[in-house]
Amino acid sequence: MAVPVEYYVLVSALLFALGALGVLTRRNAIVIFMSIELMLNAANLSFVAFSRALEGLDGQLFVFFVMVVAAAEVTVGLAIIVTLYRNWKTIFVDEIRLLKG
Amino acid sequence: MELVLFVVFSLITLLSAAAVVMHPHPVKSALFLIVSFFAMGGLYLLLQAEFIALMQVLVYAGAVMVLFLFVIMLLNLKPRGEDRADFKKRLRWALPFLFIFLGAVLTVITSPLARLGPMGGQGAPWVASQGGNVRAVGRMLFTSAFLPFEVTSIALLVAVVGVIVLAKKERK
Repeated sequence: MAVPVEYYVLVSALLFALGALGVLTRRNAIVIFMSIELMLNAANLSFVAFSRALEGLDGQLFVFFVMVVAAAEVTVGLAIIVTLYRNWKTIFVDEIRLLKG
Repeated sequence: MELVLFVVFSLITLLSAAAVVMHPHPVKSALFLIVSFFAMGGLYLLLQAEFIALMQVLVYAGAVMVLFLFVIMLLNLKPRGEDRADFKKRLRWALPFLFIFLGAVLTVITSPLARLGPMGGQGAPWVASQGGNVRAVGRMLFTSAFLPFEVTSIALLVAVVGVIVLAKKERK
C-alpha cells in the first residue's frame, strides 16, 4: 500500500520549518542561503507528493522550474556574498550595517 | 515495505536538515545538506518521480552544492566564538513561531479540502503508456510548457551575466 500524501506533506512542513528556523537564527549569510534551499526543497516535495496524489504531472513540471530558478538564485546570491566579503571582509549579516543608517 | 523506506528516507532528510541549521561549522553544514538532498532524491523515487529524483541529485546534490562548498572554502570561514550563545537566545524566540506555523499546516492538511481525489487522469498506467516518467515529463515540457521552458533559458542567461558583472574587479 502506498504511503498517504499527508505523510509527505508533514515531512515537507517540518523541512520548511527547519529552513525557516535557519533563516531566523543563523547570522552566517551562506548558512542562511542553505536554509532557503531547504525551504525550496520542502515546497518541491509537496509539489511532487500532490502530483502523485492527484495523478497529474503538472506538479513535476513546477518542480523543474523551481529548480532552475533556485540554481539561478544560488549563483547570483553566492556572487553577491563573495562581493560582500571582498568589500567588508565578513559575511556575518549582523556585522554588515550598510542599510542601518 | 514502502512505508519503511519512506520513514528511513524522511528521517535522514529531516535529521541532516536539522544538522544543517544547528552545526556551527559552515563546511559541515554544507556536507549535511548534501546528505539531505540525496535522501530527498530517495523520497522522489518513492513517489515515482524518477525525472525529479535525477534532477535533485544532478542539480542540487551535484552542481549547487559544489558551488556552495567552493564559496565556503574560498572565503575560509571559521565559526565565531560568541555566536553560539546568541544562537540559543534567538532559538528561544524563533521556536514559538515555528510551532504556530506547524499548527497551521496541520490544520490545513487535516481539513476536508485537502482530501482531493485523483483528477488528472495521468496516473501510473498513463505514465507507463507514455514510456516512463522521464519521457512523460519531457513530452509535457516540450509541448504544453514550452514557453515557460524557453523563458528559463533567459532567466539562466540573466543570472550568468549578473554573476559576471558582480564578480568583475572594479577598473580604476
